[in-house]
Amino acid sequence: MTETLGKLAYTVGATLWDVLPIAAILLAFQFAVLRRPLPDPKRILWGFGFVLLGLALFLEGLELALFPLGRSMALQLTDPDFLSEAVGPAGPEHHWSHYYWVYLFGAAIGFATTVAEPALIAVALKAEEVSGGAIGAFGLRIAVALGVAIGIALGTWRIVTGYPLYWFIIAGYIVVVMQTLFAPRIIVPLAYDSGGVTTSTVTVPMVTALGLGLATHIPDRDPLLDGFGLIAFASLFPMMTVMAYAQLSQWFARRKPS
Amino acid sequence: MNEGIVAFIRSLAGSLRDLTPIILVIGFFQVVVLQQPLPEFGRVFLGTGLVVLGLTFFTYGLEMGLFPLGESLAFNFAAKGNLAWLLAFAFALGFGTTVAEPALIAVAEEAAEVAAHGGIVSNEPEALERYADNLRYTVALAVGLAIVLGVYRIIRGWAIHWFIISGYVLVVLMTAFAPRSIIGIAYDSGGVTTSTITVPLVTALGVGLASSIEGRNPMVEGFGLIAFASLTPMLFVMGFGMVMHA
Repeated sequence: MTETLGKLAYTVGATLWDVLPIAAILLAFQFAVLRRPLPDPKRILWGFGFVLLGLALFLEGLELALFPLGRSMALQLTDPDFLSEAVGPAGPEHHWSHYYWVYLFGAAIGFATTVAEPALIAVALKAEEVSGGAIGAFGLRIAVALGVAIGIALGTWRIVTGYPLYWFIIAGYIVVVMQTLFAPRIIVPLAYDSGGVTTSTVTVPMVTALGLGLATHIPDRDPLLDGFGLIAFASLFPMMTVMAYAQLSQWFARRKPS
Repeated sequence: MNEGIVAFIRSLAGSLRDLTPIILVIGFFQVVVLQQPLPEFGRVFLGTGLVVLGLTFFTYGLEMGLFPLGESLAFNFAAKGNLAWLLAFAFALGFGTTVAEPALIAVAEEAAEVAAHGGIVSNEPEALERYADNLRYTVALAVGLAIVLGVYRIIRGWAIHWFIISGYVLVVLMTAFAPRSIIGIAYDSGGVTTSTITVPLVTALGVGLASSIEGRNPMVEGFGLIAFASLTPMLFVMGFGMVMHA
């Protein structure tokens, strides 16, 4: 217990240290340039404190309970010994289809971590507020999480098969551009944003372990070169699913007899 | 006061709901797929409790502190009407929040290892550190410029998709010329730059600006700053690779 408290204090300190530059910039502009009082500065300070404390508790809890398990799981699932046990012994190399548990784990963990991602919660809350409820916060988060799930599953498959990363990224861009032409105008900026917010505190550590595990265990893959790219996948696909979500809702709304 | 407690409990329940999928996924893979026992129950229970509490505090503080702060800054800058200061602030916010971002520091160190691996820099600690630092400043510069461009777009009311599509075209073109070893890092660097504190602030800033300028729709013009911040690092890191690895 004391050990946990000590670690927690350390994490709070580290989070504070990370936020210091942001706080310095905000204060400098507030007092040197704007020279206007903030509305209810005490409340804002308290809010800032809550955000910091919350983030520190969140990270410490993840590190205590879920990250070690998730990381060791990613390594075990990609281990050739596990694969041989699951699908029977293979030659020197496993066929890509033998890795189905990896794809499934990638999709499931991508979805699950995205639903809990604090940055995405923030953007979704704002979007619901700004759109006057037309875009539901929870629906948006599910759409983004589905995108990350598809992205990670495809990204792990790419590491296994060894196809070049840029093929997928370029093809993905073409789909995003096509969707942009047809999606409701109001969703486009939000969809673009959701690509960037999906991958932060929770998703990155889990996904990195998965990529690293795969690239270490598969013959002829260099963990330094082939382990990268999963985050790019996880940022690309939410743009598609969020636009698709808006396109589908529009389509259903139109079909509804008025 | 009672209302506050009810709101807190509702918020706790929401956090618990957000966390359930992770617990289910990890539990399923541990017990059914890997067929291993669950580790010490107390540890997992305590950890999960901390996560739920943390998420609740975070969301609570968001509405109380970060959103109002971002919005009031946006309104005050709009009221002041000085574009140069606004853009300076945009740059400082983008650069300052990125340069110290822990995820970026980790990626930059890995990238230095990749470079040493490929014989681009020597494998000495100083050379590695210099490479990692240069990369980090490159990405921070990219994010700073992205927020400047994004804020300027909000003010002028330009449509975002032209920027993003031309950005993609540039990414594709540069992919053809950039050294192969930098491409994966470049693509990933777009995703890791935006931290959990930056995102709510920048989003509130964008939405606040769009709502305080007449004729702008906060939904159409207010969002998009994060998208800019995710795109420019790809371009800058590939450019960095072309210069350093040449």
